[in-house]
Amino acid sequence: MSDFLLELRSEEIPARMQAGARGELEKLFRREMDAAGVGIGEVTVWSTPRRLALVARGLPESTEAVREEAKGPPEGAPDAAIDGFCRKNGVGRDQLELREVKGRPTWFAVIEKPGRATRDLLAEAIPAIARDFAWPKSMRWGAASVSTGSLRWVRPLSGIVAILGEDLVECAVDGVRSGYATLGHRFHCPGEITIGGAHDYAEKLRACHVIVDHEERAALIREGARKAAADAGLALVEDEGLVIENAGLTEWPVPLLGRFDEAFLDVPPEVIQLTARTNQKYFVCTRAPAQAGASGEGEQPHEAPASAGTQELANAFVCTANIEAEDGGAAIVDGNRKVLAARLSDARFFWEQDRKTSLADHASKLERITFHEKLGTVADKVERVAKLARWLVEEGIVRESPLPLAGGAGGGPASSDSDIPSPNPSRKREGDLANLAEQAARLAKADLVTEMVGEFPELQGLMGGYYARAEGLPDEVADAIRDHYKPVGQGDEVPTAPVTVAVSLADKLDTVAAFFANDDKPTGSKDPYALRRAAISLAAVVAQNNLRIPLSVVYRATFLPARLNLRLDNSEVPKAQRAIDDDYFKSLDLFALRQAQEAENVFEIMEDRAHRVADPTKMKQFGRTRAQAILTEYESSEREFLDFFADRLKVQQREAGVRHDLIDAVFALGNEDDLVRLLARVNALQAFIETEDGANLLAAYKRASNILKKEDWRGIEGEIAQTGEEDPLAIVDDPDLAAVVAAKMAERHASGLSYTPEPAEKALIDALHAAEPEAARAVEQEDFAAAMAALASLRAPIDRFFDEVTVNADEEKKRAARLDLLARFRAAVHKVADFSRIEG
Amino acid sequence: MDRNPAESFQDMILALHDFWSAQGCLILQPYDMRMGAGTFHTATTLRALGPEPWNAAFVQPCRRPTDGRYGENPNRLQHYYQYQVILKPSPADIQDLYLQSLRVIGIDPLLHDIRFVEDDWESPTLGAWGLGWEVWCDGMEVTQFTYFQQMGGFDCKPVAGELTYGLERLAMYIQGVDNVYDLDFNGRGVSYGDVFLENEKQMSKWNFEVADTDALFDLFRKAAAECRNCLDNNVPIAAYEQAIEASHVFNLLQARGVISVQERASYMAQVRDLARGSCEAYMAKEAPRWAEKCPEWSK
Repeated sequence: MSDFLLELRSEEIPARMQAGARGELEKLFRREMDAAGVGIGEVTVWSTPRRLALVARGLPESTEAVREEAKGPPEGAPDAAIDGFCRKNGVGRDQLELREVKGRPTWFAVIEKPGRATRDLLAEAIPAIARDFAWPKSMRWGAASVSTGSLRWVRPLSGIVAILGEDLVECAVDGVRSGYATLGHRFHCPGEITIGGAHDYAEKLRACHVIVDHEERAALIREGARKAAADAGLALVEDEGLVIENAGLTEWPVPLLGRFDEAFLDVPPEVIQLTARTNQKYFVCTRAPAQAGASGEGEQPHEAPASAGTQELANAFVCTANIEAEDGGAAIVDGNRKVLAARLSDARFFWEQDRKTSLADHASKLERITFHEKLGTVADKVERVAKLARWLVEEGIVRESPLPLAGGAGGGPASSDSDIPSPNPSRKREGDLANLAEQAARLAKADLVTEMVGEFPELQGLMGGYYARAEGLPDEVADAIRDHYKPVGQGDEVPTAPVTVAVSLADKLDTVAAFFANDDKPTGSKDPYALRRAAISLAAVVAQNNLRIPLSVVYRATFLPARLNLRLDNSEVPKAQRAIDDDYFKSLDLFALRQAQEAENVFEIMEDRAHRVADPTKMKQFGRTRAQAILTEYESSEREFLDFFADRLKVQQREAGVRHDLIDAVFALGNEDDLVRLLARVNALQAFIETEDGANLLAAYKRASNILKKEDWRGIEGEIAQTGEEDPLAIVDDPDLAAVVAAKMAERHASGLSYTPEPAEKALIDALHAAEPEAARAVEQEDFAAAMAALASLRAPIDRFFDEVTVNADEEKKRAARLDLLARFRAAVHKVADFSRIEG
Repeated sequence: MDRNPAESFQDMILALHDFWSAQGCLILQPYDMRMGAGTFHTATTLRALGPEPWNAAFVQPCRRPTDGRYGENPNRLQHYYQYQVILKPSPADIQDLYLQSLRVIGIDPLLHDIRFVEDDWESPTLGAWGLGWEVWCDGMEVTQFTYFQQMGGFDCKPVAGELTYGLERLAMYIQGVDNVYDLDFNGRGVSYGDVFLENEKQMSKWNFEVADTDALFDLFRKAAAECRNCLDNNVPIAAYEQAIEASHVFNLLQARGVISVQERASYMAQVRDLARGSCEAYMAKEAPRWAEKCPEWSK
């Protein structure tokens, strides 16, 4: 058994590609060894900017001999077929054997494969690994690149070390020959060093100022940067992404702390942090001591940087050098300080320049920016969003204080429109809120045309917030501008301030609806406008704020303006017609249209308006046709829109840790466009399923279901409708049919049984009798905890029923009645959730 | 005569000339046209095509009208110098050669932190791209280092290595100066500001405020038309010059703020077509000769 070392040396590998390259190297090495039949044990991969290394422990000296057989043509087959078979398997005709296959003599080739030396197999594997290596971007170089068929690598490949035990594995990749020699640190140890094998590789490199283990370098940077900050009486702003990147840029990392001019601290801290991070890969520091837990020993922080926004930034940075400088790093720190100062003076210039213009004036430039070829400019979008944000407040969807969660654990009576626990303080306040929401929406995108956001697109929103505050706009407006993109991704803060919520919702709704109106829906893996992400974060805002948001109404309010906007721009309409068209649609008060409660009303208004423009006869006809066409489009896209949101809500809830089967169980009931109601139901179900009653009831449900399925029992349900559906549950799922079923069942129950039921049977009938109306009432009132409690009351009777009663009684009438009873039980459970979707 | 690159801008340039000349490079003079980057020099673009070895070094004045700051910004200029080295095919020791050139101008890599940081290069205008790095010296980008993969939409066979030193930045670093205008130009007290400050002021004013935009639009149209005329008459190098001209006039129009966002894309596409058309014509004209000389190349 020997250990194997492979080092592929190259010019500097981009830091961001190193993790992927390590995975690729191990994957290809395992693939090659597997194909060659070499059993391998532990494999370790390392990377530095200048090398990828792999150590495989305990390789055998050679592979075992193997004997393989191949079945060929039958006896008497044409010579050509038999010769071909021999050629394919590399055997002579005299080496074939005849064997019976299903009574037929058939030729077999027996191929003896002798064991091979692992060293030879490795020598073949290494060029294959190099050839097949997948880099995100690769290149050609040098004289060989006169042909495009030359080797491609991430940067020029310059050396190969391949040693099995202590023996060289001789191979060559595109002219680069393997050897024992590698290079140490580019500046500290420029000469060649000779490696003995896997056993001394890491230590020999260490002696030459190269730490080959990337994790060790990351740890050195993590600890070193913390220490550098602490030694200066500061706290490091943790940033694991920077730790990894700097580890990928160095072979001998040395964190160094430097200072910059205090005067730059006037610039917002996020800007300083981003400038330092993105352009220079520096850490920043705060004055406050590190928060407990935020920088605990051994803890692996997130890759996203901690925000410096909440703490006071210090005028210090930590850079990571790649050398142990002769002067202790003084010159390096000084050089880096100058570069950062130049960057920060640019940032300060932008900060000062941008504030010379009001946000409203910046916003007027949005007319010049195309939002989407067919959906107009960003200014068009802002106009729609502003009106929608106002509408969301005026409709009472976004309120001053959020509604309490309906049907919570306390199980109190649910709120309805007439009974809102915390009514709006005053009409005036609501008016303010609507004004603020509209104002914030009109300014929310203004920072896109500022110098700062031009330089750092990541600061969109944040800068707008700063500029709004700087010009004295209300805090609510500034906060809304700052936060309206949120949440971006799982774990991001979800807005709760009403003005922010209104703008955030309006912005995301408009984006999704506008693209749906333009028939640009995400399909499969294609989602070029990130509509899924927009919908997920929208679902998070709705869930977090418990917003009662009727999606169909919202879609109508959003679809129409977006769709009409689109029509103005639509080049498919013939030009002459378009002129009339534009005239007509411009005459429409989109905002008034939006307030119409029913879709049909909206289109009536559209038709009505058509009468009032230039050429009444022409327009009347035209308006009607156009309105009808849009109505048809609207109706077909509405369903897609609702389904799309339901799917996103599922994803969002899954990401938030809710069991997906429970989500499915509630979603399967269908006919629900109120996200909050859905979520309340899911939450109540989750709470219930985790109790003993819940778990037992689920078990009983599954048992009942299985019996019904096994008996193919359609019972009363089957009598009522033969829809051809295989799954009887599908019938119960149909709300119209369910009502009929319920009525029919009630009739049947009322009619009583033709025999005396056993006590346990009677008890279940009685329990259902009580639970059914109670569950129905609770669901109606959105008190889902009470609905669950009603189900829980069935648990003891159903368990007892299964214990004491024989369902498959000999007497047919008893059997039928008992199966009916089980069907009734199942239907009662379904009123609350589709338990068939629940796992466990 | 002793050079002192650490105290003189011109000595730094001469030291680079000495060094690259000793490596076998032709020392060329700047291209006599206004251009945004040394890459536009025909010694780079056109010579990057084809199989013939090509090693050259030169200073190229670059003009970026929108970077003008009226002489008030210590780091930004609308006119500055690049030092370009082009080595085809890229030699195996190109990184070492480059690092030696840094030592020659006084940068000690055991005192200063030199790093190769991923930075790929792409010029849609030239239909060109390459992989490489920006070279950092103590966190400052001092050189763009690129292995050209394609030029004018054609594969570079073989690949050329291109080094572009930002001369003012390097000199500021070596001389320890915070303001570009304080650079010592000749080591005898003439500053960069003495030479260029007034030029920056006037040219910034011209770029942003004065230039006659109607005349510029006219120049753009004429350059584009002349480029096509040259292509029709199979003089691709002359056509390429007109593409350079159109590109610079477009930059001036940008600085004057008279090109809207929508128009911008269309102008860029025009410039790209001119540049690519010129490269294509150059290829077409040279390809038969190259193929004969180097059968490998045409494969």
